[in-house]
Amino acid sequence: MGNLTQQLQAQVEAAYQAETALNIIGGDSKSWYGREPVGEALHVGEHQGIINYMPTELVVTVRAGTTLSEIADALDKHQQRLPFDPPYFGESATIGGTVACNLSGPRRPYAGSCRDFVLGCTMLNGKGENLRFGGEVMKNVAGFDVSRLMAGSLGTLGVLLDISFKILPHRLAEQTVVIDAGFKQAIKLMNHWAGTPLPVTAMCADGQSVYFRICGAPSAVERSMKDIGGSIYDDGKEFWKGLREHHLPFFDTDKTLYRLSVPPAAEFTPLEGTSESDWFIGWGGAQRWLKSDLPFTVIQSYAKKLGGHTRIMRGGDRSEEVFAPLSPALMTLHKKLKHSFDPKGILNPGRMYKDL
Amino acid sequence: MAEHILLSALSKLLPASALLTSKEALTPYECDGLSVYKGLPLAVVLPQTIEEAQSIIQLCKHHHTPIIARGAGTGLAGGAMPTKGAVVLSLAKFNKILDVDVDNRTAVVQPGVRNLAISDAVAGHGLYYAPDPSSQIACTIGGNVAENSGGVHCLKYGLTVHNVLGVTFLTVDGDLIELGGKALDDAGYDLLALMHGSEGLLGVMVEVTVKLLPTPEVAKVCMAIFDDIEKAGQAVCDVIAAGIVPAGLEMMDALAIQAAEAYAKAGYPIDAQAIVLCEVDGTEDGVAEFIEKVEVVLIKGGAVETRVSQSEAERMQFWAGRKAAFPAVGRLAPDYYCMDGTIPKSRLAEVLAQISKWSDEYGLPVANVFHAGDGNMHPLILYDANKPGELEETEEFGRKILELCVQVGGTITGEHGVGVEKLDSMCVQFGKLELTQFLAIKDVFDDEGLLNPGKAVPTLHRCAELGRMHVHNGGLPHPELERF
Repeated sequence: MGNLTQQLQAQVEAAYQAETALNIIGGDSKSWYGREPVGEALHVGEHQGIINYMPTELVVTVRAGTTLSEIADALDKHQQRLPFDPPYFGESATIGGTVACNLSGPRRPYAGSCRDFVLGCTMLNGKGENLRFGGEVMKNVAGFDVSRLMAGSLGTLGVLLDISFKILPHRLAEQTVVIDAGFKQAIKLMNHWAGTPLPVTAMCADGQSVYFRICGAPSAVERSMKDIGGSIYDDGKEFWKGLREHHLPFFDTDKTLYRLSVPPAAEFTPLEGTSESDWFIGWGGAQRWLKSDLPFTVIQSYAKKLGGHTRIMRGGDRSEEVFAPLSPALMTLHKKLKHSFDPKGILNPGRMYKDL
Repeated sequence: MAEHILLSALSKLLPASALLTSKEALTPYECDGLSVYKGLPLAVVLPQTIEEAQSIIQLCKHHHTPIIARGAGTGLAGGAMPTKGAVVLSLAKFNKILDVDVDNRTAVVQPGVRNLAISDAVAGHGLYYAPDPSSQIACTIGGNVAENSGGVHCLKYGLTVHNVLGVTFLTVDGDLIELGGKALDDAGYDLLALMHGSEGLLGVMVEVTVKLLPTPEVAKVCMAIFDDIEKAGQAVCDVIAAGIVPAGLEMMDALAIQAAEAYAKAGYPIDAQAIVLCEVDGTEDGVAEFIEKVEVVLIKGGAVETRVSQSEAERMQFWAGRKAAFPAVGRLAPDYYCMDGTIPKSRLAEVLAQISKWSDEYGLPVANVFHAGDGNMHPLILYDANKPGELEETEEFGRKILELCVQVGGTITGEHGVGVEKLDSMCVQFGKLELTQFLAIKDVFDDEGLLNPGKAVPTLHRCAELGRMHVHNGGLPHPELERF
């Protein structure tokens, strides 16, 4: 527990010398995500602790192995939170893993993504060198934005040691309302209300109903409920948590779970070979879950037609690609960028793409 | 000779009006908003299509000629300053809004579209584009992406990087790369984030997809007057501690207040030591509730007087002084030099005290305007460029302020960028390892160093010459390594 920078640095340096592949592990709560992990384990989970928390600066800096629950508890004492509503997918989930996967919860379209709130980071590159980018202030344009580049790079560019975030206060009041609607109608409703100034902070649809979460000043919440209509959904907090953590019954499946990221108003036209009950629409239309055994390429070309992309979230053949293919020019840039951080290709090789 | 071959090839590619080479035609491009740094390029080209821009870039690459992309030239760090022998690629003719998608709340625009023109074009749909740098009437979206521009509403609505969903750019080889789109994210590394604030070093943007937000129903501003700047700084922290996220939270010091009042007649008391402007926006009900809370907090924090705007006209009047602060201060002296450091808000009082001490030592007055909500300071140093040595003294004073910002845990540039102006200060903020990584990233995109060379990232040699290698906790990182 505590600051393990020196040990981690020594391990990465040794792996660099020996050209040994490293599998970076935080809380080991998301080993099912991305392509199959390979290499010797590099445990970051005990590199823990909140290094700096300044409630009035709206900034917190934490070591990568700090659990999400520890951070949530510390911020909660000052009525603050990580605004991107991170999914845990397991109690042991760490902030480092969350950033490496760039995971955000139901609030994402309205508050911003994990990457949006990253202000700075310290990391080890593939040579074991200790680098610091960004900082602990909200506005900072000195140097290339490496900190945000780290978000979602699945540990293939560096080992995160600590990360600074912008944080925000809790909202005062919260209510969830539900309206009967099929997918097509739900997408229309969600995008209609997203285009108004009402303080909606989550919207989703399951094919039967559309759900709205409203958070803000008590008077604004009351007024929004009147405008949106529908009926109050009593167990709102549990429902949104269930969606965030994939605990809703929809997610209980043996099929491959695909995540489609598409323009929020893209029309719902069920893909051939799927039925409506295979779908769940979140992020106000922008994130669509599909459970299906159809091949990745079929789902990807469908997502592309809608103006987006897909990835395998859970299941599927993880020895093949699980993220949407990149154009040759873009893949070339990715490879060169990876090489610039990790010249011997030892950090989570192949976790994101086969050749990366 | 090689230059003649390039110019002749360019003249075959472009109509005469789109290729400028005479001294008279080039002079308007000799600098950006930071006019103390000037240079004449070999030529200015004004392509109209992506294909033209692509051919220009390929020609320049073939002739190993530097390319400097340029928007409206309103930048404040010399990022668009031409260098000798370079071709300035103006995106001024890429000025069309290509698509407004009301359902998805996005707009696809060419990089030469002005920031404010986007909001104007979509206002009828109850939407707007949130980032509002003070130059928004003139600056272009391409430049905003290149600088990751901010504005007065960043605390709540974020920077440019938070409000752009996609960009299409040309690489130095002329490849067209599309990042993002109308979805909220894309596959692969977050190159979209990397392009933001890259100051034209990685590619030339040709299309930008921006996120549009619903226009708030109402906005109100609370103006609080303080007889002590330290109290004002603390009150700003109190507002945040109270759980309020203001749309804007600004502060001005005595000299800025006096200048602004004389210029804009905003109703600021000229004997005040500090003014805090706190704006809240949203629905009618929410705003009424929060602005009351803001006023209570500011009074408790020691404000000698508070006023809440009772109408849109009054709100605009309260802002008029702040928005006119730069030109207003500009009347106090022949020249002023605008700094752009960011600090933790809690360190404001000590930083201002030190600036004031240096101000006395240098005999150069400083007016302070401050994006208090996000800690971004704009000390304006007053000087006279015609007095021998005064510009150099001003620059030195400015560098000291930026070093102080780094010392207290902040950064040398919050929103204006590094350009040519802050290259030396980069050596203070970053060590050799970080700078090496920046240079390696540059190399990934542009191994010959043809895109806006000599900007944004200093060479290791330059930092070593200055003796300004960054020192971590009193010790040089990796003392075993050589120093250039």
